[in-house]
Amino acid sequence: MGKYIDIFINWLFGYQLADWAILTFGTIANVLVVALPVLLAVAMIVWVDRKVWAAIQLRKGPNIVGPFGLLQSFADGLKVFLKETIIPAGANKFLFLLAPGLSLIFGLVGWAVIPFGEGMVISNLNVGILYLFAVSSLAVYGIIIAGWASNSRYAFLGAMRSAAQMVSYEVSIGFVLVTVLMCVGSLNLTDVVLAQKNVMFGVNGYFFSGLFPMFVIFFISALAETNRTPFDLPEAEEEIVAGFQIEYSSMSMALFYLGEYATIILMCAMISILFFGGWLPPFDWAPLYLIPGVIWLFIKILFFFFCFAWIKASVPRYRYDQLMRLGWKVFLPVSLLWVVLTSGYLVFFGKFAT
Amino acid sequence: MIAAICFYIFATILVGSAIMVVFSKNPVHSVLFLILAFFNAAGLFVLLGAEFIAMILVIVYVGAVAVMFLFVVMMLDINFTELRKGVQDYLPIGLLIGVILMVEMIFIVGGWHMSDGIATIILAPTPPLSEVTNTDAIGRILYTDYIYLFQIAGLILLVAMIGAIVLTHRKRAGVKKQNIGDQVRRRRGQAYEAIDVKPGQGI
Repeated sequence: MGKYIDIFINWLFGYQLADWAILTFGTIANVLVVALPVLLAVAMIVWVDRKVWAAIQLRKGPNIVGPFGLLQSFADGLKVFLKETIIPAGANKFLFLLAPGLSLIFGLVGWAVIPFGEGMVISNLNVGILYLFAVSSLAVYGIIIAGWASNSRYAFLGAMRSAAQMVSYEVSIGFVLVTVLMCVGSLNLTDVVLAQKNVMFGVNGYFFSGLFPMFVIFFISALAETNRTPFDLPEAEEEIVAGFQIEYSSMSMALFYLGEYATIILMCAMISILFFGGWLPPFDWAPLYLIPGVIWLFIKILFFFFCFAWIKASVPRYRYDQLMRLGWKVFLPVSLLWVVLTSGYLVFFGKFAT
Repeated sequence: MIAAICFYIFATILVGSAIMVVFSKNPVHSVLFLILAFFNAAGLFVLLGAEFIAMILVIVYVGAVAVMFLFVVMMLDINFTELRKGVQDYLPIGLLIGVILMVEMIFIVGGWHMSDGIATIILAPTPPLSEVTNTDAIGRILYTDYIYLFQIAGLILLVAMIGAIVLTHRKRAGVKKQNIGDQVRRRRGQAYEAIDVKPGQGI
């Protein structure tokens, strides 16, 4: 982006920018080019979520504001924006207001390493997978801090649940990432996508078939990591009323929602990049490459989000001990076993990428 | 120039938040400052070109260890004034340990810079970062030369983990636990029984 800004400024004012200015403005422009569509996507995906949910329950869903109710999210946003922000008397003011911001920031920073096409990435980190893993493990802080700073028992219970749940499911996510990166031989997300090209049965063949159990584990862990429905115990309405967000109102609560949905879309993007060839078309067939990679990635993200919404509409909530059992006694051993099997396979057939 | 500015920003916040870890009144704030310190340390690692260590620092310390710290500190019902009482007594010892650590660090860094043939006597020379990513470089040393030490470190952690579980685990009578295996194995015949109740007789 910096290059184009330089050319534009040069054309407009006939003035050559310094190197540091190109770097700075270019990075800021890159960030805006990704972050603004993501925020817009969050608003639209809330609408998609409600529509899918409604369709499964044979309702209409939002259909009043704008065509097909498309503007519903913006109307809701405007509404919460105009409400009063209530800060409880016993709350720790600074942390209470910091928490929703943190949760949105951690939902957005992960997008820095998501490749939308070859070379179309803000930061082509060599440790992109680790960066995403780190960011997804940080999302818990928004919730813990919110729960503690609210100075409320319900909020605190929600925070405790969330901390234990997220730390538990990170373990299996870590092993899933290890299997993927063993097959790729690189921690760079662009390499991860390119490694899925020209393998058996087109793009998805190898990763999809060999790592299918890992995909299932990752998908379910992603649900737990983002506090989505079968695992939304931190905000379980019937038990702890709204968990960590009970004391929040107006924009500070809306920020939690924005952060939550940004994280969900990030998780969908991770699933499509790690297992379904990211920006590559589903089959390695020349005409499919005419469609830009961003569109393919978008379609994949939308598909996985549809699955998230589908699950939200159809699966009841887990009990807390069942959630812990699933994480520690089922996913951890299975993913560990799959790490051993995959590495054994790769070593035995000499397929380790060097 | 940008790297220098970044270094001073990270270093200042790191030192500042490290001081606040010790001096903040509320233990939860201490842990949050500790997390800030970890972040800035990770930033310094990135500036050094050691992005792997930076990410591991964030994942392990910020993502897991600090969450546990926060978890425990939030659960504890601490009397803050009681906690502050011992600060003056422990200050000299703390300062002494700090000074010793700092002198040792200066020796290490100074020795590294002063010695003439550091490049020749170094056990595992760092490969150029332009050729080998540092994940690769660490892996090549860790899993070849130091494989036994690495495995032993892992085993020590495993023993510590099992020890902690054994020490804290207790069996209580009268706890109702769900046995998923039993539930899944249950068949229709075991679950209910069809009784033909004659009219006017009852069971």
